[in-house]
Amino acid sequence: MQSGAQMEIDDPRIVPEPVTSAEPTAVAAPAPAARLADLPLTNAAVLTSPTMLTVEGLNLFYGSKQALFDVNLKVAKNTVMAFIGPSGCGKSTLLRCLNRMNDLIEGVRIDGEVRIGDSNIYEPGVDVISLRKRTGMVFQKSNPFPKSIYENVAYGLRIQGVRDRRILDEAVESSLQAAGLWDEVKDRMRESALSLSGGQQQRLCIARALAVNPEVLLMDEPCSALDPIATSRIEELIFELKKKFTIVIVTHNMQQAARASDFTAFFWLGKLIESGLTEKMFTNPRERTTEDYITGRFG
Amino acid sequence: MKLFMQWLRRGNVFIWFSGTMLSICLLMIVGLVGFIAAKGLVVFWPQALVQVHGPEGEVLGEITSYEAPFGTEPAKVQFRVGNRDIYGQDFKWFKAAEISRRQEPKDALLIERLENGAFFGSIRDITQDGQPIAIAGAAVEEVKRRLPAMNKLQAQIRKIEKGAVGDLNRKLEDCRRTMESESSAKARAALEQKEQSLKSQYDQLQTELDQLRVKVKTISVTLLTVDGKTKEIPLGGIVRIVPANDLNWFGKVRLYFSRLWEFVADDPRESNTEGGIFPAIFGTVMMVLIMSMLVVPLGVVTALFLREYAKDGLLVRAVRVAVNNLAGVPSIVFGVFGLGFFVYAVGGTLDQLFYSSKLPTPTFGTGGIIWASLTLALLTVPVVVVATEEALAAVPRNQREASLALGATKWQTIWNVVLPGAAPGILTGLILAMSRGAGEVAPLMLTGVVKLAPAMPLDGSFPFLHLDRKFMHLGFHIYDVGFQSPNSEAAKPMVFMTALLLLFVVVMLNLVALRLRRKLRARLGGSTF
Repeated sequence: MQSGAQMEIDDPRIVPEPVTSAEPTAVAAPAPAARLADLPLTNAAVLTSPTMLTVEGLNLFYGSKQALFDVNLKVAKNTVMAFIGPSGCGKSTLLRCLNRMNDLIEGVRIDGEVRIGDSNIYEPGVDVISLRKRTGMVFQKSNPFPKSIYENVAYGLRIQGVRDRRILDEAVESSLQAAGLWDEVKDRMRESALSLSGGQQQRLCIARALAVNPEVLLMDEPCSALDPIATSRIEELIFELKKKFTIVIVTHNMQQAARASDFTAFFWLGKLIESGLTEKMFTNPRERTTEDYITGRFG
Repeated sequence: MKLFMQWLRRGNVFIWFSGTMLSICLLMIVGLVGFIAAKGLVVFWPQALVQVHGPEGEVLGEITSYEAPFGTEPAKVQFRVGNRDIYGQDFKWFKAAEISRRQEPKDALLIERLENGAFFGSIRDITQDGQPIAIAGAAVEEVKRRLPAMNKLQAQIRKIEKGAVGDLNRKLEDCRRTMESESSAKARAALEQKEQSLKSQYDQLQTELDQLRVKVKTISVTLLTVDGKTKEIPLGGIVRIVPANDLNWFGKVRLYFSRLWEFVADDPRESNTEGGIFPAIFGTVMMVLIMSMLVVPLGVVTALFLREYAKDGLLVRAVRVAVNNLAGVPSIVFGVFGLGFFVYAVGGTLDQLFYSSKLPTPTFGTGGIIWASLTLALLTVPVVVVATEEALAAVPRNQREASLALGATKWQTIWNVVLPGAAPGILTGLILAMSRGAGEVAPLMLTGVVKLAPAMPLDGSFPFLHLDRKFMHLGFHIYDVGFQSPNSEAAKPMVFMTALLLLFVVVMLNLVALRLRRKLRARLGGSTF
């Protein structure tokens, strides 16, 4: 498998991301090269903050096909880590390893370690349900439940058995405020979540994830279906959210990675090619492949 | 030629072909419903009364059919002459050549009676306690004047007979039974006292009834046929007097709706060939509702396990095939199963456990609405299972993942997200099941349908819903009235009307479910993407 220049995963059910059989050199949609002005000045705090998430020697197989090869990665607390790379490179798969969503897919085998804080989440006997409460997830396509706005945000608490109206009200309000949606929806909490616009729906999904008060927030291309204005709102939100949460975001948008993240990891063909400070990665990448990708020579 | 080839290549032939097929299908449906409606809806429209001179004298009646001459057979005319108690039959055939002096007398009357069917002729006189009140034309007016009050009296008698008397009878029966099984003298004395009081109530009701009955019988009417025969009947025996040849258009419309209402809202008479079919409508709706309540949980739970929990393997596939094949089992086989398992095995056991004092009279050990509904639920469960499985599969994967990612268990996800999302699809299954179930007759005949049910499955006496009772059903009614009644010729028009009503009931039930589904769909909404 490792010999092939092309990664083949033919069952679309297995792969959460459609694979456009990417010849590495074929230029699909060249992402414009990142400009230096886009880059945030590194906050010194991110360099010193403790490690929140550790991935160690992670290999993932779909049946007999290997999709991730020996990934080692660390994410520091209260920082934003962006996963970039061409389609099918395994970045979404890795993200879904972090809250064990890949367990739902038949035929997936994982070895290696993922630690949140100090606990290995792949240790036998780990309660997946309580693990997922510690890791909120936001999906590529906004997926609010066909319920009211209030019920969407309260869902996570309700399934934990919270019945107290006051606690629910409070959690809903604070989550919506954190997601920057409160002012827009506070008078229409009983309306269907589906009546919101695409950007609002995505922020609602973020609020829903925040309501259970997770430690890590996983975002799988949260802006890929949004217009530029909605996208920039989410990016601002990410900037706010990292004060409280550790964020891992998968993105196809190079500027977004450059603007919103502190650290970036570049994946190619299931391997982690390079990771480090976003600033450095975009100005002075260590690897040739990274540079080619960032400057839009392939993608 | 080139144009034609182009026309071919564009697939126009196929478009035309499929369009034609669609029109044929639509035409067949419209034709079917239209035919039944046309045949059924004319039943209540008043027909002209024709008087002719036949080989045996004067004849008065409605012309119901005409046979053109065929070979050596001469042309024939069929008359509905009524007066069954006098002539012995409702219909008579005459050779067209034998009859003459055709006329439509203005004063001819069609008198609908409680017993012996319609009377064609006129009223000779009306008497009270043997003293004549009026004769001829004046008598007709007098009868018309007194009829409404008399009909009200009749209704009162029927109400007492069916309601209070039946209730008392049941209580007395219960009382006697408990007395037989009771051993302590004290309890027996109390029961005896209770029985006495019930009996006195019963007697009181009976005297009341007798008084009413006498009242009904005091006035009697003498009817006169065109060939001079007379028949005396009590005024209460008359349902309606129709001066068929002397009706204006408005009068005809009024009569039409009056008859239609009687048909829809009244109990049947004369072994179901006359009167209404309300108990059959009610029984059909009840049966379908009970069936729905049974089939939805059964089907949904089955589909849920098959789709969400069972590991897809040989066994699951075998189960799925088996469930789907259940839909192909002839319905009478389900009837036999229902009779053997539900009625005899389950019902019989229930009787022995809980109703042993009533034995050997069975309570649940005989056909009843619950067994019929259960049998039909079993018959229609594949439809619900298939529809539900599809609906479950159609719930977006990202909704499930959203729920799971929030820390919901699989069951919480199914209960809170998947099932609500699949609800419209489940309702589709229910709609199909209801349509199938409402029309089935064969299994019902074995499991609880009867020609004439003494009491409805839902009424005012405790415990209100009587699942053990036998019931009437529109489908069975069609068969029974049209083909099993002694007077099937007269009842034939009723067959079409009942069929139309059955269609109507099914459509109404479906509309309710469709409305519910639309509401649910609207709540689930369309995604913005």
